[in-house]
Amino acid sequence: MSTAVRQPTAARTDRKPATMGQALRRALRDALADDPAVHVLGEDVGTLGGVFRVTDGLAAEFGADRCADTPLAEAGILGTAVGMAMYGLRPVVEMQFDAFAYPGFEQLVSHVSRMRNRTRGRLPMPMTVRIPYGGGIGGVEHHSDSSEAYYLATPGLHVVTPATVADSYGLLRAAIASDDPVVFLEPKRLYWSKADWDPEEPDAVPGIGRAVVRRRGSSATLITYGPSVPVCLEAAEAAREDGAEGWDLEVVDLRTLSPFDEETVAASVRRTGRAVVVHESPGFAGPGGEIAARITERCFHHLEAPVLRVAGFDIPYPPPMLERHHLPGVDRVLDAVARLQWESGFTSGGRGGAEGRGGGAL
Amino acid sequence: MTVLEQPGTYAPAPPPSWRPRTEAAPLLPEAEPYRVLGTRTAEREGGEQTGPDAGLLRRLYAAVVQGRRFNEQATALTRQGRLAVYPSSRGQEACQVAAALALRAEDWLFPSYRDTLAAVARGLDPVEVLSLLRGDWHHGYDSPGTRVAPLCTPLATQLPHAVGLAHAARLKGDQVAALALVGDGGTSEGDFHEALNFAAVWQAPAVFLVQNNGFAISVPLAKQTAAPSLAHKAVGYGVPGRLVDGNDAVAVHEVLTEALDRARSGGGPTLVEAVTYRLEAHTNADDATRYRADGEVEAWRAHDPVTLLERELRDRGLLDEETVREAEEAAERQAAELRERMHQDPQPDPMELFAHVYAEPTPQLREQAAQLRAELAAEHEAAAAARPAGNPAAGEETR
Repeated sequence: MSTAVRQPTAARTDRKPATMGQALRRALRDALADDPAVHVLGEDVGTLGGVFRVTDGLAAEFGADRCADTPLAEAGILGTAVGMAMYGLRPVVEMQFDAFAYPGFEQLVSHVSRMRNRTRGRLPMPMTVRIPYGGGIGGVEHHSDSSEAYYLATPGLHVVTPATVADSYGLLRAAIASDDPVVFLEPKRLYWSKADWDPEEPDAVPGIGRAVVRRRGSSATLITYGPSVPVCLEAAEAAREDGAEGWDLEVVDLRTLSPFDEETVAASVRRTGRAVVVHESPGFAGPGGEIAARITERCFHHLEAPVLRVAGFDIPYPPPMLERHHLPGVDRVLDAVARLQWESGFTSGGRGGAEGRGGGAL
Repeated sequence: MTVLEQPGTYAPAPPPSWRPRTEAAPLLPEAEPYRVLGTRTAEREGGEQTGPDAGLLRRLYAAVVQGRRFNEQATALTRQGRLAVYPSSRGQEACQVAAALALRAEDWLFPSYRDTLAAVARGLDPVEVLSLLRGDWHHGYDSPGTRVAPLCTPLATQLPHAVGLAHAARLKGDQVAALALVGDGGTSEGDFHEALNFAAVWQAPAVFLVQNNGFAISVPLAKQTAAPSLAHKAVGYGVPGRLVDGNDAVAVHEVLTEALDRARSGGGPTLVEAVTYRLEAHTNADDATRYRADGEVEAWRAHDPVTLLERELRDRGLLDEETVREAEEAAERQAAELRERMHQDPQPDPMELFAHVYAEPTPQLREQAAQLRAELAAEHEAAAAARPAGNPAAGEETR
């Protein structure tokens, strides 16, 4: 499978660019149309169309039973979705915000993630739990958490997070079609991001469990996902333009955090010899630690420098007035890249990382 | 403009959009637990046969006798190290058996860990039902095939499952009801509240049976709730509450049958509180003498579900010695078979631990499975090397 994904370069003139929110909505619409077992449920998903309008129009088109406003109780929503899945339905649950998903945690950890295992495959949980996550929209407390580490610590769940318009459609369709429960993390500040994308002919994208290289480079690899993908792409452009350093950075978009695509990540790091993991969630015991450990285990002899992490601080998510200091931005990413021991006498001397290493970086 | 400056006469009125959502009175439970056994003697003396159906009485009797024996046997198996733990339903057999017999084949049962007997009374293989309590990693029986959800350990978390399943069945137009079992302690959990609320709002065909056995491990009901009764909790959700003598198998069967019929025909959920008593400790690992007096237990022994049923049958001339012997023999046969099968050592396959985490194992799980497989092979090899050459069967225990 190719790991490169076509990135639209310029919008064609015959249609308006689509937003991530629109692509997600279209994915739900097409899933509801294709499979009568698919049921959308959550808070305000019906008449209102969801607080981010991702379910806009679905109740009108498919009826209040297929796109249902539930009582305001997240454990109840997930718990009833478990029962619906037991009866053969394919529930797609919307949690209104990252931090409001926590009341449903016991259902997710004790039942959603384990029902297949406990019943030796007789009661699979083909359920998708959509969660808008991450900061950068000026949300007050409880509206900006990056909660992915909690889900990654739970065997039995898949954790998926798109960063592009095409992936939003393709990965959400794949999540709904999956016979395993998928925690589908939607980077809320990218809801309004745009791309040239045809809803009538959505681009085919790699499935769940596959990372892609968003930008080819040779100096170092930035490994990231969700809301930090555009940040890393911007950082890579800036590094190029900067001139003084002239780093040619590769950017890997993980797309799926669990199962983790070690193959694509390791191949990239072996090529570049240096890696920085970038995410918004707190660094301590965050996804970056796991990823850095795996890279070290798989690529030790290819590494020119320790794997670094750029993450949110280990603090409760800060208020809107201060969040820009917390979120990993282009400068912080480039600072980390600068600390990748470029001066090391052990390297082959060039900016090209592993390039030219041939027979003996050491 | 302030209120005082508004024109016109001040006319006190209720808030504009308020209206009562539903009549509360019809939802209220009985003032005292509803009973059938021993209450209709006078009518029968008048020559009118108004008591419960004789066939049902005999079925319930055979099942509670068998249930009592099952509880005793399972507790004995914990002492013999054949069950890791057994939360006994001794004293609650009427609830367990009536719940199972009130269900139709197409209905679903959602049991908690204390409800093994309900699953067995529904006809499931006792050894399969005891899988988790035996210490296996899976729950044993075929849930979709038997329409019995896995025995649920985290309290009350199975109640929203029952509601979701019932709701899904109703959406599909199937005449299916879900019966969820929970204890008095479980009614304090948030999931109890959320399940009742969802069921009421969706009018889901779900019935909740609270077996109020007086204790949540050691904590008595007085420390659990200030509600007039647990059945009264129903009213707050707009759901009818029923209060029944949980040791009266006929009363429990009747109330559940009505509630399940109502659910299947679109009448919505019901909350039933069955007042019963846990005659044993919480589990074999618990010591009940630390938190309750012997006198209390003795009072409940005088209200034993098996005795209550037996007395009714004898009063009505429906029980001869042969029927008693038949019921006891059937119970003994089941217990003996359970004993024998549980004394065989199960051979769980460690490799199966990876098989059902996902539909397809992830690359990471495949790698971990390979590691375990290699470890198992090494163990096997070491064991083989320790055997005397040419005699692979002997010497196993000499290593």
